[in-house]
Amino acid sequence: MRGKTLAWVLVAGVLFGYGLALSTMIQPEVVLSFLRFQDFGLLLVLGGAAGVTLVAYQFGPRLLGKPFAADTFGVHPSTLNARTLGGAATFGVGWGLCGVCPGPALAGLGAGNWPLFVSVLAMLAGAYVQGRWFGD
Amino acid sequence: MDALLPNGWAHYLAGGLVIGAGVALLFLATGLIGGISTFYTAVWSFVSRQPYFQQARFVGSRNWRVVYAIGLVAGALLWLLTSGAAPIVTHVTWWQLAVGGFIAGFGARLSSGCTSGHGICGLASLQLPSLLAVLIFLATAIATAHAVRALGGA
Repeated sequence: MRGKTLAWVLVAGVLFGYGLALSTMIQPEVVLSFLRFQDFGLLLVLGGAAGVTLVAYQFGPRLLGKPFAADTFGVHPSTLNARTLGGAATFGVGWGLCGVCPGPALAGLGAGNWPLFVSVLAMLAGAYVQGRWFGD
Repeated sequence: MDALLPNGWAHYLAGGLVIGAGVALLFLATGLIGGISTFYTAVWSFVSRQPYFQQARFVGSRNWRVVYAIGLVAGALLWLLTSGAAPIVTHVTWWQLAVGGFIAGFGARLSSGCTSGHGICGLASLQLPSLLAVLIFLATAIATAHAVRALGGA
């Protein structure tokens, strides 16, 4: 991948991480308070993020033809099967237990929420076990 | 509104829009789909010879996924430095962070997506499997969070 492309990736990641910190999603307590119906702010975060992305995904390819620093637009692959749905159910159990999901685990480190490093390591371990013994 | 959003709404919506701007920019500039959880599998391709981790979809994407992850950390650091806020360190117990993180990492990879992959990218792609995944993980997360509280956890 060209350096120019990676530079765009970095800028996009910075925006993502800034948004996660601004929206307090890097605080597991805030996520858990949503899951316990005490604060519904997480729905605004998810709705806002998915809404902006929806516009880009639906209209970007038609208006641009191709990305401005690459050759083709990717497609989000998701399949309707037991792995997708069973994995989602499993993911939710873990998420509900710790209040940390894969993005905020990383972003939290940048904002000084250092205990989330435990979750980053645990997620790496979970991903390894999945790929090593339960890979498709 | 105060009962639903006791901590206000503006920072939630603004943060969500900035997250969306990041994922949207990634797509418009590079054509890449910006879910996060694949990072956790792709990095294993650097150290494991297992055939699963050596697939092209991981080896071929690991570099940009690492740069994206570095961006996430840097973006949150930028927020910390510019907002004047003090770092907030979680009080969630270490065993919850560890056990919950492990289960979440395993499940997200089994499902090929997490809150960003299915929640943001999948919904924005109008994919039915992702919508179902989001509804299912919200349901099990809500049930788990309530159960943990009932049992005396953080």
